[in-house]
Amino acid sequence: MNFSVSEAVFLLLAFATVFSASLVIAARNPINSAMALVATFFFLAAIYAQLLAHTIAVLQILVYAGAIMVLFLFVIMLLSLTDLGAPGPRVTFHRVVGGAAAFGLFVALVLALLRWHANPVTGRPGSGLRFGTLEAVGGLLYTRWLLPFEAVSLLLLVAMVGAVVVAKPRV
Amino acid sequence: MQPSPVDIQHYLLLAALLFCIGVFGVLVRRNALVVFMSIELMLNAANLTFLAFARDRLDDAGHLAALFVIAVAAAEAAIGLAIIIAMFRNRGTVNMEDIRTMKY
Repeated sequence: MNFSVSEAVFLLLAFATVFSASLVIAARNPINSAMALVATFFFLAAIYAQLLAHTIAVLQILVYAGAIMVLFLFVIMLLSLTDLGAPGPRVTFHRVVGGAAAFGLFVALVLALLRWHANPVTGRPGSGLRFGTLEAVGGLLYTRWLLPFEAVSLLLLVAMVGAVVVAKPRV
Repeated sequence: MQPSPVDIQHYLLLAALLFCIGVFGVLVRRNALVVFMSIELMLNAANLTFLAFARDRLDDAGHLAALFVIAVAAAEAAIGLAIIIAMFRNRGTVNMEDIRTMKY
């Protein structure tokens, strides 16, 4: 088997992503989970860049690895979960069923993927080199997708107010 | 424009695996914070699928879908973490199995 450089890079990033994502699930301490999640976001941003989605890769690091993870870490430290509590039974009926359901979903998705074949790339005229750049994404965002964009700004405002109200001790 | 050097199917397979790791975390973990992080993993798997198809079809609209998913995830994280804080303040725990009622 001989790999091209892109394939080798992809394999490396894919293994790193899956490994750190598994650490998120496996770590006992939520802080370790959060740190593994930051690593996952960075590896995913690299994969996005490999897919020529440069703008989304930068946003992934800014918003996910930056803003959202800071929020997570703040909450973990605010709750000061020093005592993780009694571990409880490790294997319960609920957990076995949950694990089997996740595995079954994966098998179903793989079977679906095996039956699917990518279309040959046609490529719209004019998309070429601008694909995935801030210019191309921004151009679409402020013309055809302006209404959803404004709706998202409203959603963020509602979320901001809602978060303050919900977290307040007494309303 | 060259087709992707890596088969699009590989990206979709990675996304499927990430999504299932997220599902596994949601169903198996007891700590509400870790469950929340698993949901973020699932959202990222969906984003990866959007971007893979966008690359396959050379259509920038997939990037916009991913952008909106990121924005909604930010809103969801803010609200969800506020709920976890309120829950911890009222019950003194973030263990999903100790929280069986909506209200005292």
